[in-house]
Amino acid sequence: MSAIILFLAALAVIAGWWLSQQRLTAKPWLEEGSVGDFPGGDSMTWPAAKVGLGVFLAVASALFVLFISAYSMRMSVVDWRPLPVPRLLWVNTGVLVLSSVALQWSYVAAGRQDTESVKIGLLAGGASAVIFLAGQLLAWQRLGAAGYLVASNPANSFFYLLTAVHGLHLTGGLVALGRTSAKVWRGAEIADMRLSVELCTIYWHFLLLVWLVLLGLLTGWTDDFVNICRQLLS
Amino acid sequence: MVDIPYEGIAGIPPAEVPEVELYHPRSWWTRYVFSQDAKVIAIQYSLTASAIGLVALVLSWLMRLQLGFPGTFSFIDANQYLQFITMHGMIMVIYLLTALFLGGFGNYLIPLMVGARDMVFPYVNMLSYWVYLLAVLVLASTFFVPGGPTGAGWTLYPPQAILSGTPGQDWGIILMMSSLILFIIGFTMGGLNYVVTVLQARTRGMTLMRLPLTVWGIFTATVMALLAFPALFVASVMLLLDRLLGTSFFMPSLVEMGQLSKYGGGSPLLFQHLFWFFGHPEVYIVALPAFGIVSDLISTHARKNIFGYRMMVWAIVGIGALSFVVWAHHMYVSGMFPQFGYFFATTTLIIAIPTAIKVYNWVLTLWRGDIHLRVPMLFALGFIITFVNGGLTGLFLGNVVVDVPLSDTMFVVAHFHMVMGVAPIMVVLGAIYHWYPKVTGRMLNDVLGKFHFWVTFLGAYLIFFPMHYLGLLGVPRRYFELGDTAFIPSSAHSLNAFISVVALTVGFSQMVFLFNLAWSLFKGEASGGNPWRATTLEWQTPETPPGHGNWGKELPIVYRWAYDYSVPGAAEDFIPQNQPPRATQLVQGAAS
Repeated sequence: MSAIILFLAALAVIAGWWLSQQRLTAKPWLEEGSVGDFPGGDSMTWPAAKVGLGVFLAVASALFVLFISAYSMRMSVVDWRPLPVPRLLWVNTGVLVLSSVALQWSYVAAGRQDTESVKIGLLAGGASAVIFLAGQLLAWQRLGAAGYLVASNPANSFFYLLTAVHGLHLTGGLVALGRTSAKVWRGAEIADMRLSVELCTIYWHFLLLVWLVLLGLLTGWTDDFVNICRQLLS
Repeated sequence: MVDIPYEGIAGIPPAEVPEVELYHPRSWWTRYVFSQDAKVIAIQYSLTASAIGLVALVLSWLMRLQLGFPGTFSFIDANQYLQFITMHGMIMVIYLLTALFLGGFGNYLIPLMVGARDMVFPYVNMLSYWVYLLAVLVLASTFFVPGGPTGAGWTLYPPQAILSGTPGQDWGIILMMSSLILFIIGFTMGGLNYVVTVLQARTRGMTLMRLPLTVWGIFTATVMALLAFPALFVASVMLLLDRLLGTSFFMPSLVEMGQLSKYGGGSPLLFQHLFWFFGHPEVYIVALPAFGIVSDLISTHARKNIFGYRMMVWAIVGIGALSFVVWAHHMYVSGMFPQFGYFFATTTLIIAIPTAIKVYNWVLTLWRGDIHLRVPMLFALGFIITFVNGGLTGLFLGNVVVDVPLSDTMFVVAHFHMVMGVAPIMVVLGAIYHWYPKVTGRMLNDVLGKFHFWVTFLGAYLIFFPMHYLGLLGVPRRYFELGDTAFIPSSAHSLNAFISVVALTVGFSQMVFLFNLAWSLFKGEASGGNPWRATTLEWQTPETPPGHGNWGKELPIVYRWAYDYSVPGAAEDFIPQNQPPRATQLVQGAAS
């Protein structure tokens, strides 16, 4: 459970920093008066949707970190046999990076009011995300054909589980991306769509980061780090 | 109070929300059924939670019938008894209390109290309710599937939760896990709304330190729930896979019905860690909204500002943070590394400090207050008394050496019912008496309300106080019947029968409450907009019940904190949060 504790500690630092800006030491019973008399009470200047996405990313991170905590606890049992990670995953990773880059490009284009580039970026981002998902399914199929079934070893179970959870998050993102793209295609003002494109981009970068962490875990690169974390609490 | 020189107030425009941002219902369906108005969603949440809560109440009667009069009721067998226990616990903790405090009170009160027109994501808010309803229906369906609901206990510990021999092994456990997963998805949608609304949609002048403590409590509890529920999600998904696909996340190798099972190597302890990583914050997810609401009830009905507002806010935040590092005090007897226990005992006992600060501050708010013993206040006082009792037994159980012998006895049952059953329910009931006039425009009947309070409060004490004694005798929990056991005297059996009779009486008084709710809706005395003469914004709405969009054309502007009661020199004993400062009134008076 040390992974989730470290994660929560990081969140606590962020929350503590934010709270420290909110004048929690104020004496409100002495502060009668109007807006502007007392600094630090305003809402954030970010749009609500962006704050909402930020909160959601914290929740989704907590979910993934908890899966990782479970993974690191379960892998210390003797029956754990790491499975060979299919080469295909490297291709998939590359496709996911492309997807993220395309959306970033689209977001930058939205800042320039360049409608055509926004469309191309959204299309390329969405298409490569779909290819990534198809590639993940293909990887499952190959592993299954090679006899690495979901229940035959806990390492296999975790492989299927983690890739599935990540894939489902990406699928959810594709729904949002699809709605944004549809609006752009129907001729919505790019200035109005910039926020939606930005939110999709942030979410894509987040899922790319999650995938890289999961990949590190599944390929065993992070085993040493996991061991250190495990020893922290024992 | 300090008079702040005040100029140029007319230059500050009220915050106006552009018309397009507000959702407008177009038909009866979108107004009352698929509504995106937080107030309607709040009522939907509350009614659904209460309905499934009534099922759990009836289950508790059946359990008490069996415990008080073993062997008398042939329609209750041992398997059913386990199913009753499981469903009662799960419904009460998650589907009733969590949903009611956050989905019900959160939806109704947050936008009104912070001066917003609605939640920031109304569509997602509506989805949240419908997913919650689906979760409740899936849960309720387990009563009708072959084999019935699961009987694994509300903690659902593997391996027994999914092995044959445990009731509901076929369908019950699968549907239970599915229902929990749905609940968490639905809650996350709602929770995003509650958090972002408090962060982003506060009206002008509503600084964090001017928020009513109700909002602080619900806000902090929601943040905790958003971070804690994923642990239950992970545990549910993995247990579901163990059951359905035969994976071994949690399942060790074992012999089932004389046969070596297909499982091997899994760690039941891992499930317990995940479950209680959610389970302990859950206690405070239920308690913090109760703390917040009770602070407002006490302040309003004692006509006195809350004592130590800042300390109350810090304590809420502190309790929220600490509650994430105490989970393993539920696992002292689980076989985990024993020295962990002492770490978790220490953190557990540290939580007593902010909690005690809160109790002192409630009592000091009452000190020399102008106490009106109206029904909401009675329930608030009932809360303090039950909560202190439950909290003190928590200090017993937080210590490893005391917990080990008391674990799995009725002492634990009495403790957690006092502290997170009766105490929050007291607040729920008090809050309903307090805000019912705002929701419906009518007062609840006072005589029926006082009857309800006294029977519930005294009854709950008579149920759970003697139960501690049963626990100290060593009467185990979760047993269908005690049989002839040497260490359990016959007086314990008489006590059990007594508790059962009181439990049925308390249950009956809840029916009186339900009658009161329905009767007052049509026949109750008209309440007006602010019957308790309270300061917070929800009582200052132009209409009662508040109309769509909550406020008229302009949002209110906030000039003061939420607790200006009995201010020396003021004309009335309360000053609403949106009333401009005195200096301004004088200036305006002179000008006119």
